[in-house]
Amino acid sequence: MNIIVCIKQVPDAKDVRLDPKTNTLAREGVQSIMNPFDRHAVEEAVRLKEQHSGTVTVISMGPPQAEAVLRDAVACGADEAVLVSDRAFAGADTWATTYTLGKAIEKIGQYDLILCGKQAIDGDTAQVGPGLAKRLNIPYVSYVRKITGSDNNILSLHRLMDDGYDEVEMPLPGLITVVKEINEPRVPSLKGKMKAKSLNIRNMTAEDIGADPDSIGLPGSTTQVVKVFAPEFRGERAMLEGTVDEQVEQLVNKLEPYL
Amino acid sequence: MDYFLTEEQQMIVDIARQITDEKIIPQRAELDEKEEFATEILNDIAQADLFGLYIPEEYGGFGGNCFEVVLALEQFGRGCVAIATSFAASALGAYPILLSGNEEMKQKYMPDVASGAKRAAFALTEANAGSDASGIQTTAVLDGDEWVLNGTKQWITNAGEAQIYSVVAITDKNKGARGASMFVVEDTDPGFSCGPKEKKMGIRASATCELIFKDCRIPKDRLIGRQGMGFITVMKTLDLSRPGIAILGVGLGQAALDEAVTYAKQRVQFGKPIISFQAIQHMLADMAIGVEASRALVYAAAKHIAAHPKDMSKASSMCKVFATDMAMKVTTDAVQVLGGYGYMREYPVEKMMRDAKILQIYEGTNQIQRNVVGQELNKEYTK
Repeated sequence: MNIIVCIKQVPDAKDVRLDPKTNTLAREGVQSIMNPFDRHAVEEAVRLKEQHSGTVTVISMGPPQAEAVLRDAVACGADEAVLVSDRAFAGADTWATTYTLGKAIEKIGQYDLILCGKQAIDGDTAQVGPGLAKRLNIPYVSYVRKITGSDNNILSLHRLMDDGYDEVEMPLPGLITVVKEINEPRVPSLKGKMKAKSLNIRNMTAEDIGADPDSIGLPGSTTQVVKVFAPEFRGERAMLEGTVDEQVEQLVNKLEPYL
Repeated sequence: MDYFLTEEQQMIVDIARQITDEKIIPQRAELDEKEEFATEILNDIAQADLFGLYIPEEYGGFGGNCFEVVLALEQFGRGCVAIATSFAASALGAYPILLSGNEEMKQKYMPDVASGAKRAAFALTEANAGSDASGIQTTAVLDGDEWVLNGTKQWITNAGEAQIYSVVAITDKNKGARGASMFVVEDTDPGFSCGPKEKKMGIRASATCELIFKDCRIPKDRLIGRQGMGFITVMKTLDLSRPGIAILGVGLGQAALDEAVTYAKQRVQFGKPIISFQAIQHMLADMAIGVEASRALVYAAAKHIAAHPKDMSKASSMCKVFATDMAMKVTTDAVQVLGGYGYMREYPVEKMMRDAKILQIYEGTNQIQRNVVGQELNKEYTK
């Protein structure tokens, strides 16, 4: 089974701060990590490879330093790594990103399954996985919490829902996005780290993937971030205590003046 | 302080640190409370290729030495001495085979130990033979093509959890120290069994039991090295492994220091964080000095041992005494800094203090280590 895993480098959520003057992310001294959901996607891909053989290729769109998370993925068992990097990609929203990743994946060629984390912890859109599937015209299932089987190019899946889970079957090739419940990611191995250190990472530019310049980066984006700010807390809070009946009575009393 | 590790050594530290932070620390209190063996975490360590650090590449290992093991153990010791002990005991059980076993024996056992597929254990101690190893009563008698072992080993780490046991037994009662030999016993050998798990003060997530040999028959080729070489192998094994115990003291001391400083910055009394009081500051300073001095000594000793296999004893014993006595003091002081909270099981320092005590006892008590240093000094100054 040939698997492609899309991963993203994100600022470590423990360190995220906004510069109060400029309202931009204070990146200085903030560690970059692999998006935590993507770690689960890499782990699931490596487990599938261990069961069915095949290769795991990790791909990331980002600046040159995103190479670090690709090497982390190789240390955890991925075989090949592709960095899709070009100044022309800067400012891409999810629309332009799925276009770019789709082009790059078409360039990589044959695959059975694409895995993504359910969302990135910086943008939090959860759009890239499904959007990418649409671009590639393949089926997708999001929020996968378990792969229960794979026979005759059909993947049996559990999709996490608010009130339980759905049992879903998806033909391959296809794409899934995973939630953290799907597995416990492994720690990199020593042999993996040594391999990751020396592995040649394939670089793809806008030209390499044959991208239309108007469809990538800022020009290709249908949305723009106009302003980033830290919301100020405005509302007042009151904790109601006592039994449920007592709390309801207190609440009604508080609401009554506004009726 | 920067110890100028190579890139590969830094990788070992990074992997061991990640296992410690992500797997060991979140589970240590529960494993300690339930006295449960950390099988899953040891499997994680195996998957990360760390069981083979000291094993030559031709047997599937990393090809490092005592120093690489020390680097990994420092991190594990920072997390939980019980789990670190289970990891270290496998090396202790494998060293006799690596040091004195023949090629065939190494080929047979080392790849499984290196991959972590099998764990090893070392069996020397008996009811009447601890510091005085000449009191050993377990015997091995050659009967045709088999050795027949009889006797009981006591307080054996990894007992019941290991598949490969390096066992010391007397093959000639009249030859004293030269009458002891070492054997490989496998967990499935007939006549071999483990006693119930001992209840311990600390390192409760590690397995400690008796080994019982009742007409235990093993093939003739399970003799490690030559007959009568048992004590030489034991001494070399312990010289090689002791820096591993010493560094557990360093890792544990560091963990206690981290907890104490973090607490002292948060705890407010008389209107100030208690770290602003000189009484507390001086305690923390002494703890930090002890940890760093021990780390420097253990690193130096481990490198010396790797480079000078015929001159291991003094360096090995010195670092074991210094770093483990430090660990006992530093963990005790950490409990003191945390006061009443430190004494509660809700905080990790009481476990650290309980775990520290064993470091002064096992793999040769610190009194015996001082004997070794003293005897070596006597020899050196007679030359």
